[in-house]
Formats: sequence, structure tokens, C-alpha cells
Amino acid sequence: MATTIAKAAEGGTATAHAARIEHVSKSFAGPAGQQLVLDDITLDVAPGEFVTLLGASGCGKSTLLNLVAGLDKPSAGSISTDGRPALMFQEHALFPWLTAGKNIELALKLRGVPKAERRGRAEELLELVRLHGAYGKRVHELSGGMRQRVALARALAQDSKLLLMDEPFAALDAITRDVLHDELTRIWRETGLSVLFVTHNVREAVRLAQRVVLLSSRPGRIAREWTVGIAHPRRIEDSAVAELSVEITEELRGEIRRHGQH
Amino acid sequence: MASTDTTAKDGTDLAGLEAGLDALDAVTTTRTPLRETLLRKVLPPITAVALVLAVWQLLVWLEVAPSYKLPSPGAVWEEVRTAWLQGTLLDYIWTSVSRGLLGFLFALAIGTPLGLIVARVRFVRAAIGPILSGLQSLPSVAWVPPAVIWLGLNDSMMFAVILLGAVPSIANGLVAGIDQIPPLFLRAGRTLGATGLKGARHIVMPAALPGYLAGLKQGWAFSWRSLMAAEIIASSPDLGVGLGQLLENGRNNASMSQVFLAILLILLVGIAIDLLIFSPLERRVLLSRGLLVKS
Ligand SMILES: Nc1ncnc2c1ncn2[C@@H]1O[C@H](COP(=O)(O)OP(=O)(O)OP(=O)(O)O)[C@@H](O)[C@H]1O
Ligand SMILES: [Mg+2]
Repeated sequence: MATTIAKAAEGGTATAHAARIEHVSKSFAGPAGQQLVLDDITLDVAPGEFVTLLGASGCGKSTLLNLVAGLDKPSAGSISTDGRPALMFQEHALFPWLTAGKNIELALKLRGVPKAERRGRAEELLELVRLHGAYGKRVHELSGGMRQRVALARALAQDSKLLLMDEPFAALDAITRDVLHDELTRIWRETGLSVLFVTHNVREAVRLAQRVVLLSSRPGRIAREWTVGIAHPRRIEDSAVAELSVEITEELRGEIRRHGQH
Repeated sequence: MASTDTTAKDGTDLAGLEAGLDALDAVTTTRTPLRETLLRKVLPPITAVALVLAVWQLLVWLEVAPSYKLPSPGAVWEEVRTAWLQGTLLDYIWTSVSRGLLGFLFALAIGTPLGLIVARVRFVRAAIGPILSGLQSLPSVAWVPPAVIWLGLNDSMMFAVILLGAVPSIANGLVAGIDQIPPLFLRAGRTLGATGLKGARHIVMPAALPGYLAGLKQGWAFSWRSLMAAEIIASSPDLGVGLGQLLENGRNNASMSQVFLAILLILLVGIAIDLLIFSPLERRVLLSRGLLVKS
């Protein structure tokens, strides 16, 4: 196994995982010395798998995602991914000096797509997130939901095998969020992407994922995992989604309560 | 597993819902009509100028100062007319403006990479950052005497003074612009693969553009001021008559109307360049990023 991991990091093709996180710890220098934020996290994301990472606010979810994206280095342990992953932030992170279409084209350009093909690819990607008319729109002319869809299209433009998403829909209203859940599920199933999706919303986690991973807080450790067997298409109001959500919420509450005891 | 049937139905439902949401969120932009623009943008400055002229004429009528100290608007206008009829008016302006703009372009070519390096390389920043901001507050007229001694009375001495005045402003503007880039953009750029020079070109420079433009604007103001200082102090027959020399000649000839003419032209050129080049540029950049509310 160890040899295949090394290959994957160099951008090999057929690997058994899209991301492999092994015994990863991360600490930051805080006012009271080193503060351990993530402790011995081990997690695999299989090719084509949809995993949600669930945890209370401040438990280190974004930190972990940044590590996987390569924006930061772990204090201990190792991370390997199949190629460079795409990352979608909690804020849309679109560049305001470019139009929606040009934002996508920049991602294509940086990936080395020839100029002649970029425009067409960008239009296709906008089509995929159902924003045909938005090519020439400036970021500030788009609504919050449209921005996140353009951001999704830009992330998809990277053509990565792994898509990392950091609470991308947290700031949206319930209906828009629900629509985007449907879109994301559809795109995931059409493209065969692997997704590592971070959220603190239990229902959202269950609604989307094949596997839900619960992180404990301070330090962040993997507390429990659930495999979600509910068939697609799912709806957030489905009773099966609700049932599992109740169970997971109970567990999450327990995790948080433990902190009150010491 | 869902049948293809329900997926298709789901799809159209979803598309409809999305179309509705998008329509509700859509921003409509309207253009203000020309007449309103004229009324709101052009009328106020014209009124102000008219008022200044009126007060000026009134002071002349009241004879608060003898005419060799305070020429009348009419006398200054006469000065403009003669210069125009002799064909020298545009020469004066062009001599200075071409020097100023050329010097400014040099300053741009030096200040931009300098700013980029100061902002991005920690060692360089620690080494010359404070000096660069300090230079900004040094009046560029201070550079005229050494420039004359080093370079003599010629155009390169003028350019040197312009550069010393404008480069710090331009570089500092860019540094400020880069410092104010939200870290999110830099991280987003990195995940897209924009690192090193690519990052500078596709992320850092465009993100810093508003601050950079502000620096350019100030850089131009400094170029113009430095040039006028240089022209007033260092006049020589081979240098040609620019606006600064015009002013100095007016003083030597004890012609107050010529002095007024020169001051007026220096002021007008400064305003015109700002109004014709920098303001529209800045406005366009801010508008396109949604950083300016149309008023
Ligand atoms: N650069 C940093 N320096 C110091 N401490 C940090 C840094 N980044 C994160 N932390 C700390 O690490 C902890 C986890 O932060 P992180 O942003 O990963 O949480 P999160 O799970 O994403 O929270 P949320 O759900 O609110 O986004 C927090 O206590 C935070 O204060
Ligand atoms: Mg977070």
C-alpha cells in the first residue's frame, strides 16, 4: 500500500483512494503555548466517494480541509491526494475583477487548457450549474446562490479528482441551499468526483453523504462514522434522513456535553 | 435507485425553482440620462468658477491692491489671447506636459516592479520599506539642487526630479494595495495553481489594482509638482519654455498677468490630466467590482 501512496502523490492515475489522511495532527502557537487543534486523524476518501465531515464550530474542520488542500502543512502525519484537489470555500472567493465566465476560464488557463477551448468549456460548466446567462456577469451582480454555483463551476473547472468543500452553503437561505444540494448530488453522480464536504449541519451531512464522519472538539479527533444507505434522490425532509440525523445529533450533543464536564 | 423518469421530472422541477430564485435575486441596472448627468456633474463646478471670477473682478474694482499686484481677469485673458495668437500657448503647455508624462511613464516602469518586490519580499521590505514611505513626505523640490549639480541643466535633470518625486508614491500605492488584498483571494489563487509569477499576474496585480491606481494618481500629482519646481528653479535657454519657466519669466518681467496665466495653466493641466485619465480609470475599476455605488 505504501508504495501506491507515494505514486498517487505524484499524480498517478489508478489508485485506491482520492485522499488518504494518516495520523495527522496539527497544532498552532497560541497564547498558552502550543494548542493542539487536530489529533491523530486517519481518514480515507475512496474514488467517487462522498464523505461529509461533521463537527461543532471551531473543532478544526477548516484546518483539516486546508491541510488536504495543501494550503498548510500538518504538524505530524502525512496526507496524500490523487492530484491537486479543488477547494470551495465558505465564502464564494470569486475574483471581483473578472466576470463569472472569466473566473472559470482562469481556472482552465492555470490548468493549461488551450485558449481556443476555454470559452466553450466555461459555457459548458455554467450550463452544468444551470447558469447559462451568467457568463458576462460581474460577481457583484450575482445573488449569493448564483455566486456559490459559479464557485462550484470554477472548482469543477480544475478537473480534480477530489473536491473539497468548506461549508459552501452555510450562508444561504433554506430553499436555495436545498436546490444546491440537489445540484451537487446530480453533478457528483454525473462526474464520478470524490467529495469531502465539511459542515456543522447534521441534516445537510446526511442528505448528501455516503459516509458521515463526526469530529470531536478540542482537540479534533474522529469520534464516530456512519455509512448512509439511503437511496438517491434524497430530500432533506425525508424521514430516513431525519431519523439518522436525530441519531447523529444525539452523538454530537454528547460530544459537546463532555466538554462542559471538565 | 430512482428510475430515469423521476430524475428527469426532478430535473425540470429543479431548473424551474432555480430560474425563479435567480429572477428574484437578479440585479437590474439603469443608466442615468444625459441631462441629469449634466445638471449634477457639470453645473456645480461651472457655478463655482463663475463665483470665483466674480469675486476676483469685484476685488479689482474695489482696488484692494494695485494692478501690478492684482491683475484683472480681463488682463489675464488678454495674456491668454496674445500667447494663443503668437502660437506659443500650446508650446508652453506641451513642453511641460510631454516632460511630465514621459517622466511619469519612467516612474511607472520603475515604481511598479519596485512596489511588487517590496510588498512580496520580506527582506527588501524591512530594508527599504520605511525609506520609501519616508521619501514620500520629502518635498521633491529638495532634489532640484543636487540634480542640477549631478546632471547639469538639461532634460535628464528634470526627469530625475520627477522620478524621485513619483516613484515612492507609485511603489507605496502598490504596496498598500497588495497589503489590503483579502487573504481569501490569495488562497483561492493558490488552490487554482496561481503561484509565483502566475500568482502575481493573475491574482496579486489585479486584486491590488484599486490601491495601485490611487498610487498612480498621487504619483502623477507628485510628478507634476516636482516638474514645476524643477522648471521654476532651473531655467536655461536650451531647456525650452515650459509652464514653470513661464511663471519665472513673468516674475522677472514684473508681469503679474503672465504669472497668473502660468499658475492658471499649471492648475488646469493638473486637473485635466486627473479628469481625463485617472478619474475615469479609477471609476471604471471600482464600478466593475461593485465597489462604487452609481450616483
Ligand atoms: N492560523 C491559526 N492560528 C491559530 N489558531 C488557529 C489558526 N487557524 C485555526 N486556529 C484555531 O483552530 C481551531 C479550529 O479552527 P477551524 O477554523 O479549523 O474550525 P472549524 O471547525 O472550521 O470551525 P467553523 O465551523 O466555525 O468554521 C480554532 O480554535 C481556531 O482558533
Ligand atoms: Mg470552518
